Amino acid sequence: MNKNSNIYQIVYAAVMVVLVGAVLAFIYMALKPQQDENIANDKRRQILSALHVASPDDASIKATFEQCIVQDMLIDTLGNVVDTTLNVAFDVEMKKNMKEARESRVLPVFKALKDGETKYVIPVYGAGLWGPIWGYVAVNADGKTIYGANFSHESETPGLGARITEPEFQARFDGKTFYPEGEDFHSVEVVKVGQKSLTGADAVDAISGATITSRGVGSMIAECITPYDAFLKKLQQLVATPLDEGENNEE
Amino acid sequence: MLSKQNKEVLFNPLSKDNPVLVQILGICSTLAVTVSLEPAIVMGLSVIAVLALSNVIISLIRTTIPATIRIIVQLVVVAALVIMVQQFLVAYSYDVSKQLSVFIGLIITNCILMGRLEAFALSNRPWPAFLDGIGNGLGYMAILVIVAFFRELLGSGTLLGMQVIPTWCYEHGYENNGLMILPPMALITVACIIWVHRARNTELQENN
Repeated sequence: MNKNSNIYQIVYAAVMVVLVGAVLAFIYMALKPQQDENIANDKRRQILSALHVASPDDASIKATFEQCIVQDMLIDTLGNVVDTTLNVAFDVEMKKNMKEARESRVLPVFKALKDGETKYVIPVYGAGLWGPIWGYVAVNADGKTIYGANFSHESETPGLGARITEPEFQARFDGKTFYPEGEDFHSVEVVKVGQKSLTGADAVDAISGATITSRGVGSMIAECITPYDAFLKKLQQLVATPLDEGENNEE
Repeated sequence: MLSKQNKEVLFNPLSKDNPVLVQILGICSTLAVTVSLEPAIVMGLSVIAVLALSNVIISLIRTTIPATIRIIVQLVVVAALVIMVQQFLVAYSYDVSKQLSVFIGLIITNCILMGRLEAFALSNRPWPAFLDGIGNGLGYMAILVIVAFFRELLGSGTLLGMQVIPTWCYEHGYENNGLMILPPMALITVACIIWVHRARNTELQENN
């Protein structure tokens, strides 16, 4: 057979591609369940980290997560809970969700129980310097202050922007408030070390040398949490009304 | 099994014919994955697996490959193997796959692979081709591990993620060298290794 004839080459290439395609498809199908499990566990670990729950190993993480997260919720921009189906918030793909216009996004919230206190975890998603960054912000039941935060990134610079994943940076958000002056929502800002926010918002120090990633974290939080304003206000009323301690909560 | 010739095929790439130090192939990935030891080791193992398997496959079908489309055939084989490695990592070593992310895909463009396929597998029998793949993969991995060792030790004070520089050093003013984490220092480290290597192997030095 003439190996350099056109027919031979075309048939050879076609057979090769079909064979390789079949093998790859088979491997993909065979490994898919395990891969999905890993990706879901990674997400669980990030959410738990925002709640200051130490990451258990892969075997027990699902149980810990289900113990900690008591309810998945979707809310609307008026702060009403519209959907509480099992895993409804967990299954939201933030990447797709953030591509929608602000009005048509779904707003997922995880209701969590940590040491007997209720917390609300809100997923955030935005852009860093080189690629997407995302995270989870846990808000206290008072609807004002941050309990904890966790950030991840795809391809930020190691040693600089990638430091947003370090606990030291994430701890800077603990205790910051979205309502520094009472009524109005001010997103927590990320500012240069030593500076203060111009708008009176609460601020955390940026990472030096990683200005754009730090700024990305700030605008990610602003963009993603602002629509929750009404929901957070409802939480504040919930705390204020039954106890009738409105003055204390103004702080 | 291991004739003298085969031994040379296996062991030469470790030092005298090292793909990174002597053939100067696969430099880009040496920069990218050597910030810490763990990804470097995984990357090394992945390259060994892909290189050995693709060498064997190409060697097995070498008599059937039409010369005009041989590069395409090599690419398809390598790409398929790389995708398999990637899928296996996501399934069984998720953290590492997250760290290596795009670099695994870039094994396809690692010059060592195409270089060995063209230069060796296309004209040799499967067993020597397999040894050649293992040898070159090991030679590549050895350099990755050496570079990663120094970069992780000096850049982060850790090895394989464990703190090795004791805290009292930091208390007495020692600081991790942030520059070691950045890609340029990988180049400089590789250059230092080449320097030492040439100094010890005088037959590699060029006469000026």
